[in-house]
Amino acid sequence: MSTTVTDPPSAAGNATDLAVEVEGITKRFPGVIANQDVTFAVARGTVHAIVGENGAGKSTLMKMLYGVQRPDEGTIRINGESVSLHSPADAIKHGVGMVFQHFMLADNLTVTENVVLGAEKLHGIGAGARAEITRISDEYGLGIDPRDLVADLGVGARQRVEILKVLYRGARTIILDEPTAVLVPQEVDELFGNLRELKREGITVLFISHKLDEVLSVADRVTVIRRGMTIDTVLPQDVTSRQLAELMVGSELPTPQTEESTVTDRVVLSIADVTLAGAGRTVLEDVTLDLHAGEVVGIAGVEGNGQAELVEVVMGMREPARGRIELEGTDISDWDVRRIREAGVGYIPEDRHRQGLLLDSPLWENRMLGHQTQEPASKNGILTNAAARTDTERIVREYDVRTPSIHVTVGSLSGGNQQKLIIGREMSHAPKVLVASHPTRGVDVGAQAAIWDLIREARREGLAVLLISADLEELIGLSDTIKVILRGRITGEFDPDVVTSQELGSAMTGAGKDAS
Amino acid sequence: MKFSPRRLVLTLAAPVLAVVVAFVITSLVLLAVGDPVAKVWSTLLSEPRPRTLVNIVNSAITYYIAAVAVAIGFKMKLFNIGVDGQYRIAAFAAALVAGQGWLPGGLNIVLAMLVAMLVGGFWAGIAGWLKVTRGVSEVISTIMLNTISAGLVGWGLRTWGTRAEGSNTRNTTEIPESSQLEGLALVADAPNRVYTLVVLAVLVGIVYWFIINRTRFGFDVRATGESESAAVASGVKVPRMVLIAMIASGAVAGLISMPAFFGADHSYGLNFQEGVGFIGIGIALLGRNHPVGIAFAAVLWSWLEKASDGLQLQAGVSPALVYIIQGVILLAVVIAYEVVARFERRMEQKQVTRQLDTATPEGASA
Repeated sequence: MSTTVTDPPSAAGNATDLAVEVEGITKRFPGVIANQDVTFAVARGTVHAIVGENGAGKSTLMKMLYGVQRPDEGTIRINGESVSLHSPADAIKHGVGMVFQHFMLADNLTVTENVVLGAEKLHGIGAGARAEITRISDEYGLGIDPRDLVADLGVGARQRVEILKVLYRGARTIILDEPTAVLVPQEVDELFGNLRELKREGITVLFISHKLDEVLSVADRVTVIRRGMTIDTVLPQDVTSRQLAELMVGSELPTPQTEESTVTDRVVLSIADVTLAGAGRTVLEDVTLDLHAGEVVGIAGVEGNGQAELVEVVMGMREPARGRIELEGTDISDWDVRRIREAGVGYIPEDRHRQGLLLDSPLWENRMLGHQTQEPASKNGILTNAAARTDTERIVREYDVRTPSIHVTVGSLSGGNQQKLIIGREMSHAPKVLVASHPTRGVDVGAQAAIWDLIREARREGLAVLLISADLEELIGLSDTIKVILRGRITGEFDPDVVTSQELGSAMTGAGKDAS
Repeated sequence: MKFSPRRLVLTLAAPVLAVVVAFVITSLVLLAVGDPVAKVWSTLLSEPRPRTLVNIVNSAITYYIAAVAVAIGFKMKLFNIGVDGQYRIAAFAAALVAGQGWLPGGLNIVLAMLVAMLVGGFWAGIAGWLKVTRGVSEVISTIMLNTISAGLVGWGLRTWGTRAEGSNTRNTTEIPESSQLEGLALVADAPNRVYTLVVLAVLVGIVYWFIINRTRFGFDVRATGESESAAVASGVKVPRMVLIAMIASGAVAGLISMPAFFGADHSYGLNFQEGVGFIGIGIALLGRNHPVGIAFAAVLWSWLEKASDGLQLQAGVSPALVYIIQGVILLAVVIAYEVVARFERRMEQKQVTRQLDTATPEGASA
């Protein structure tokens, strides 16, 4: 599978002392395969990282280990014993605890109260519990005072309280879901110190992340997951952050081919000096880019570096603090979403379930969504259902949406077919600009190729496409220009004809200073 | 939505299931306390006398409008508990205006209804505005506004109400005779009549159905209720919709007491029917926010209520038994809807997969 990394020494080492073994795990949701034949093993007393892009299936896998969901196929062994986990309580019984990305603490209670909540039987709720918390805190160097009010604690300390909570319940294996996402760099260092301490005391840590540098600095083993499958398990000293990124993003997928350039010199969408303030920091800073008719501009970046916010600003869901956005020379910066969409900006949202569709509504009603003010959805404020249905039939035919009828709920279709419906709908209103956010995320390979074709066709017809993707092959294959976004800034521009995934990967992590 | 027998069966399954469960549980309660089960049901289910039938219809009219007012909020996942306060204050304001008799006959009625809608809409709008600008939950604010409206109306009645000779209660001025509606003799042999403004209830139902299902505005409402994030991405301004939906809900709430006011009461006073707003919540739930479903639910509700009058006399059982039946129906219906909805979703997914597997042999090329 992997091409650049030498044969992984995954099976080597102390194979007898495995804390967790996962073998052949498959989990399907309607229309989506979240995990397929996932296999890896975690040695006791190590930090084992699971890396993969968002949507690669990491979270589902962890939920199965924690008993929140159950695998359709495959076995989970904990300490050599095959287990069937029905609930988090089961998982705890087997010594597996999980710390979620979003903390589950009551602010107005003390540390002790938070820790004993739901585990009152273990050491009571009074002095006994406090003594135990102090003991755990000292043993693992967590530095937690049981009498503190949680509301007074910082983010890092709250995370340590969460870790303490699972240790208190007797966990010997701790799953941390994206633990660094909420931390500032100093806190990250502190957390890594704690993890090393835990490791020394024989605790096993499963660490989920997509921040490669962090993973390499703290993990003893790294398992890479892509599209629900285990790609490889590697030792951090054997790989560079670039190679890891390549494993994560993959290169053996059907490669999108760039065709003859159709780029014109007519600017359709112009974004100038856009700055967006977020909670406590700037999420976008002086972003400037032009989209020409017939051009696909790809935005490459590690998730969470401002891509989502850039899309929201362009679509009018957020107001930029500074800067201008012009559509064919008209300033649209302070227009609302509806007006922007009516003016000819098509939108393929990042999360089609949350933003692109009404899952419990039939296909033809979803055909109207986002275009409810335009024909064929409505006329003078009155819905024209019949016209919308007819047009939905056309979209189903022309865009090859596999469905038994346009009257079934869109939620019963597979991800790829849902996405084809969305693209068909957006393309049906003669857009000038198409904002495509992760257009092939979570769709099968066949639909992926079809969607690429559709985007290429849009480009041929003179659309300006803003393509945001985590899939570097997709970006390189479809884009005419690739811009790299890092911490809310456009930090580099690449020509997709000559750039390699490695170069992009290092520019995305800010590793290669020679980028632009 | 395309008609299919399966969908129809599933739609009816939940409420029927709920009523059956209520029937069984109530029977068990009766058995447990040693009351005559058969006698109770024969009393409740016997054909009502013409007079009772008219009463059932009249109270169903009131409940129907109340339930539609609640349903408007429900469509957007807004929980307007304040229908009760909105219709009370609206009814009082309308009674004050109508009592003046500024306009002749029918026009006076129309004016009063407009006032009621304005006041009801305004009162609900306060809660909507608080939610949009300050993030105050509409559940909290409407329930507070209920209490405030009760106080305001009490104060208003002291200030503007008059005490009739030999009475110790206050009423607003009675509306002129030309504005009093005699009622429709729809039931043969009944000494009483169905409120003329049954027409209003029908109209409210039709307009509600049309706006929700046939207008772009209604599409925005439904989209917001189904998925706020998808609605935002589609260009719906959610705060604005929240405000409009609350005002609309309150405006309809303002109409609740109009049929009874012009058909029977003629003034606002002691005999004003309270608590209809809360009954409306239950009926909207049972009727699944659908204009026809709500109609059936409203009739069932008022049937149970009116039929319960005979329980004490004929079966020796407290009429409060009906509250148990109504309560169990509501509990059961909430559960049943969820169960049926999940079942429906799973069935459809299976069906789609099956049909696609058999129907697309050319699926190899993508």
